Amino acid sequence: MDFTMINIVIPAVKILIVFTVVLLAVLIMTYAERKVIAFMQVRLGPMRVGPWGLLQPIADALKLFSKEDIIPTMADKLVYFLAPTLAIVPALLTFLVVPFGDKTTFFGLLKQPTSMAISDLNIGLLYILAISSVGIYGILLGGWSSNSKYPLLGALRSAAQIVSYEVPLTLALVGPILMANTLSMKGIVEAQSKGMWFVIPQFFGFLVYMACAVAETNRAPYDLPEAEQELVAGFHTEYSGMKFAFFYLAEYANMIVVSAIATVVFLGGWLPVPGLAFLHIPAIIWFALKVAFFLFIFLWLRATYPRYRYDQLMQIGWKFFIPVALINIFVTALLVL
Amino acid sequence: MSHAQYIPLLIFLVIALLFPLVTLAIAKFFRPAKYNKSKLSPYECGIEVDKEPERNFHVRYYVVAVIFLIFDVETVFLYPWAVKYRALGLFGFVEMAIFLIILIFGYVYAWKKGALEWE
Repeated sequence: MDFTMINIVIPAVKILIVFTVVLLAVLIMTYAERKVIAFMQVRLGPMRVGPWGLLQPIADALKLFSKEDIIPTMADKLVYFLAPTLAIVPALLTFLVVPFGDKTTFFGLLKQPTSMAISDLNIGLLYILAISSVGIYGILLGGWSSNSKYPLLGALRSAAQIVSYEVPLTLALVGPILMANTLSMKGIVEAQSKGMWFVIPQFFGFLVYMACAVAETNRAPYDLPEAEQELVAGFHTEYSGMKFAFFYLAEYANMIVVSAIATVVFLGGWLPVPGLAFLHIPAIIWFALKVAFFLFIFLWLRATYPRYRYDQLMQIGWKFFIPVALINIFVTALLVL
Repeated sequence: MSHAQYIPLLIFLVIALLFPLVTLAIAKFFRPAKYNKSKLSPYECGIEVDKEPERNFHVRYYVVAVIFLIFDVETVFLYPWAVKYRALGLFGFVEMAIFLIILIFGYVYAWKKGALEWE
């Protein structure tokens, strides 16, 4: 195969597939969120549009698509326009290195199998962390440019929360890297195929990672930036229509990304559950099941726990998660030595 | 070969940038545009806004940003070390322990000074 085929055509096809899958996953996720939380609260959730309300996400998407686009008179127009783009682009770009499976030939279409990740960068994990931190500009600029009280307060809270939890999140991932000795997402999964999944030796790292991942995506119980009772809708209060939809999409795409990282780094990526390899379930199904498991935990948390207070939120991040993550690195380093 | 790995990133960047722009452009033909003064005024629960909000914020946010900067640089330093840890051996462990101990002193100092409090 020549250079163009390997480096342009196949990646472009993979990008379009991943892009579609992510958007579909977000649609399903919005439906699942409403249904799961409804059942946890002994309600039925959406039931009107289609059988069991299955067409609800499509109706929502169409509604948002046809809504009026409001730009408040006091807003900083260019920044106000750019902010949703700045939120959605990094959220999508992070999917570049997510390995959905080992290798694929696209059902025999290709002679040589190609990696299931769009591009398996050797700095995969670092790439994800770097790109996903850019997303904060969308939130901060969105709240700032609206030039209104609630978005400004929401954006400030959001920014402080995300940077605070980024530190323990990044530290929690050092433990698995110490054990795998690579930053490549594929390499991390392969390191787990030889031994056990990193969730067992890195259990504390896993807990810190999950808690920080929830905080990073601004989800309950860390959904301070969107605390309805005090801040209306937080940083996107002034946004309507598709621009609001992009913030929404970015939030859900980020949830899927952090779940995918958790799957790859701690739950062995596409590897089958030990002892169930004889079932011959395709790698991609295992991957999807594990990601779905983490996404379910997100919903479960939201239905279970009340929101933190802001001072508690900042204190637990700086005073509890960082020391635990540092001790985890220290102990891991000693054991690996 | 290693640089060619980044070509998909460029393609993806273009597609990801086009997605919101194209969607917004297409939506322009479907959405209404009947604006009026109160619809375009900043959200204020129906009260009329007479002046721009002051964009002041609490100095706490500034402290958080500074501490974040210190810790984030440190975590970036940990990543290459973690990748090459087995090759570095005991030397790597001791070096990083010294670095972290210095950093932890700073952390304890910030804690004692109340930089991590939020009142």
